[in-house]
Amino acid sequence: MTPHALVVQDLYIAYRVRGRDLAALKGLGFHIGAGEAYGLVGESGCGKSTVALSIVRYLPRNGRVSRGRILIGGHDLYALGDGEIRELRATTLSMVYQDAARALNPSIRVGEQIAEIYRLRGLTAPEAKTRTLAMLQRVQIPDGQSVYDRYAHQLSGGMQQRASIAMALSIDPKLLILDEPTTGLDATVEAEILDLIAQLRREIATAVLFISHNLAVVSRMCDRVGVLYAGALIEEGPTAEIFGDPRHPYTVGLLRSLPRPGRRKDHGRLESIPGSPPAPDDEALGCEFAPRCGLAEEKCLRVAPPLFDLGAGTATRRSRCHFHARAQALARITPDDEPALSATDRSLPPMLEAVGLSKSFGGGRHPVRALHAVSLQLWPGETLGLVGESGSGKTTLARVLLGLVSPDPGGVIALDGMTLAGDSRARRADQRKALQIVFQNPDSALNRSHTLRRLIGRVLARLGRVPRAERPARLAQLTRSVQLADHHLNLRPRELSGGLKQRAAIARAFAGRPRIVVCDEPTSALDVSVQAAILNLLAELQTQHRVSYLFISHDLATVRYLSDRIAVLYLGRLMEIGPAERIFSGPHHPYTAALLSAGLGLSEKTGLRTRLVGEIPSAIHVPHGCVFHTRCPRKLGAVCEEQEPPLFPGAESGHQIRCHIPASDLGARSEFAVQESGDAA
Amino acid sequence: MNSSWRKLARSGSFMSGLLIVAFWTLCALAGPRVVPYDPFEDDILNALAAPSLMHWFGTDQLGRDVLSRVIVGARDILLVAPLATALGIALGVILGLVTGYFRGIVDEVIGRLIDALLALPLVIIALLALTAIGPSRLTVIVVIGIVFAPLVARTVRAAVLSERNLDYVAAARLRNEHAAYILFVEILPNVMPPIIVEASVRLGYAIFTVATLSFIGFGIQPPSPDWGLAVAESYGLINGGFWWPVLFNTLAVASLVIGVNLAADGIQAAVNA
Repeated sequence: MTPHALVVQDLYIAYRVRGRDLAALKGLGFHIGAGEAYGLVGESGCGKSTVALSIVRYLPRNGRVSRGRILIGGHDLYALGDGEIRELRATTLSMVYQDAARALNPSIRVGEQIAEIYRLRGLTAPEAKTRTLAMLQRVQIPDGQSVYDRYAHQLSGGMQQRASIAMALSIDPKLLILDEPTTGLDATVEAEILDLIAQLRREIATAVLFISHNLAVVSRMCDRVGVLYAGALIEEGPTAEIFGDPRHPYTVGLLRSLPRPGRRKDHGRLESIPGSPPAPDDEALGCEFAPRCGLAEEKCLRVAPPLFDLGAGTATRRSRCHFHARAQALARITPDDEPALSATDRSLPPMLEAVGLSKSFGGGRHPVRALHAVSLQLWPGETLGLVGESGSGKTTLARVLLGLVSPDPGGVIALDGMTLAGDSRARRADQRKALQIVFQNPDSALNRSHTLRRLIGRVLARLGRVPRAERPARLAQLTRSVQLADHHLNLRPRELSGGLKQRAAIARAFAGRPRIVVCDEPTSALDVSVQAAILNLLAELQTQHRVSYLFISHDLATVRYLSDRIAVLYLGRLMEIGPAERIFSGPHHPYTAALLSAGLGLSEKTGLRTRLVGEIPSAIHVPHGCVFHTRCPRKLGAVCEEQEPPLFPGAESGHQIRCHIPASDLGARSEFAVQESGDAA
Repeated sequence: MNSSWRKLARSGSFMSGLLIVAFWTLCALAGPRVVPYDPFEDDILNALAAPSLMHWFGTDQLGRDVLSRVIVGARDILLVAPLATALGIALGVILGLVTGYFRGIVDEVIGRLIDALLALPLVIIALLALTAIGPSRLTVIVVIGIVFAPLVARTVRAAVLSERNLDYVAAARLRNEHAAYILFVEILPNVMPPIIVEASVRLGYAIFTVATLSFIGFGIQPPSPDWGLAVAESYGLINGGFWWPVLFNTLAVASLVIGVNLAADGIQAAVNA
């Protein structure tokens, strides 16, 4: 029998911080067979990166293996000498990092960096170059020769990641570690990279350790999966079984908290896991998950469960739960009978209307055209979802509407029919108060020197004009409505977890009783289990306060849950706008179709794929004609390069598509349509 | 903040620096009460006596006890240097906040003025101020404060540039906060760490500068027992073999500068960690 590519045995790793040992891994054990793809999933702080670093022996200086072993091809990694470990890294072990831009050397040409590896293995310079070019072709870089001569910063994010995959494969490794290889990339590019990795897996017999927080990605890429929680595996088994028949309440909760197609705010709330993962210095006597677990009994708090072997003879399945047999009986914590929102009355005039908004940054000969002639409406109480890749102008549009950035002359923003000034300071107090925002990153949005009481209280005073005497009561009421505890008010942002910080940011946005709240990717910095809770909160606040949302996200699944209508943005232009379900059911713009197939969820494993080539062009050199023609899989020909199509009416009133192809030919993609029945799980 | 304090308390360089500075501060505060002799009383018969059991550090050309003068001499410099630093920091922080936040034309104009000021040597500015308002402790404070302000402003401006793009500033603008509120209540607390480091480093320079100005006669005036002044009065005597007045005063200046810089190092390490 060939030895396993990787064996991790009872691994304990601690970091020494301020004279104390903080445990990062607590008895982690798994193995990867030769040629097998193993996925390790977990939320932030569960020890994923520590696993990756410990396997290549790049732990930071304050990190120490206090117990356990790592065997690679039968060698005990931490018993090797310095020369032997270098030899191992040169011949058997390689790693692809999350941030390719930082993994590549900025001052050496990309090709040279890869060729260097071949030269170190004894090849002559011309041979090394030939092999490098062959490898670049293998990772589907179309113009290898020109990429060879470029520096990392001259490549797009997707190309950089391809180049670093090429580099990792150049040593022909026995074990390839992929540490969140697609996390920083756009959905369409991520889909391409994942296709590439899947393709390479079929060609070469490398064992793969795939580390990710993204359940859908892992489910597509891996043979077996381990779920990491608080530094130890809590469940392990073949991919299909883990996702189809989870046996740990945490896995059950994680899977349930993914927004599923067909689930919308008017049907009820999303499932979520209460609380947040334990801090590294929390010492739990019993099960680490017990405080968040709906199934926990008194025994769970007392006795730490071992990793039970559930293997009924076949493939190994393990679960660290006393009650693994009934993990799926985990009670749903959110009731399904939330009051439904009354439908928006679109016969009334819209509350907010934008006409022909454009925005260019930096004058001179090459301005960045971030936004071009965008028009849209927002009615009271509705949610307009705004989707697009990075660089599509989503955030610029939000900032223009808020008055943080003035639009180019010619654009009009009107609230209740009254034209708004471009600069928020020039707007009337009630107009300013009407529009507020929840930013993407609470670390940047909340002043780190102020307590929550001050952060939220200031808005009550400035925008809410709440008299001093009434402020404590309003503050308490707000705090409760975003499900923060009173004692949180005395804390500063850094003393809170990501989810709690975002709740504080939401409380601040609502403190002035706004009528429209712009949500700029409010959940993209959060873990899956927390994400769902924030979406629920936003849905609840909408029911209570009848606010309208402009909900910005790159993730269609998230947008789908909250939105009544969806607008798709590409290079600063609206490509499609219409009722949410129509956007999913089609006919779609080819770009929307590509976004939809790039964001396939767990249950949508197969189906027609619309893949895009290349990446979003720079907003400095916008393509002529239809801006999407450079990547469009359904390009007609010259007409697309020469004429920019207007927004043609789509399948129903309010649905518009910017494409030369008539809506009737654009085709509905039934696999993306609403699946009411698929919601039973 | 608590962890920073703990780090400081465990920092060897900070604690030893603090010890030196505390010693001189004590001398400045309690000086006249602990000195063995009146530092201002001449004793011509006993002039330039070498160090002995009677006069540990010897006496100067007027027969005054050098030890007593060194102890009391800490007074002026420890009053003038911190005040000058405080003035420089205050001016620099305001300039840095304003130029960093508003950018544009304000930044350009103030920036060029700062460049112009930086191009002038300290001595030229001191000479100008001296002839204009006459030498006094206040002149020294103002001159050093003005010379330091641009240097501090540059550090603060750099810190503000990265803060102003954070979303909490945008959130404040959406509340229609005044620029002064955004600058001093929102941004200032977040740029305090580099300001604290800058202040500690500047204090070291200020001590050295005060001593220098006094030495060349633009600073603290006689009959103060100030160290720089004392060195100026007696360095011509070294050729005659009378080294003690110069040596002990120089050592005093050097030890104080080193003490402040040690403390600054410790602060910098604690803030940046």
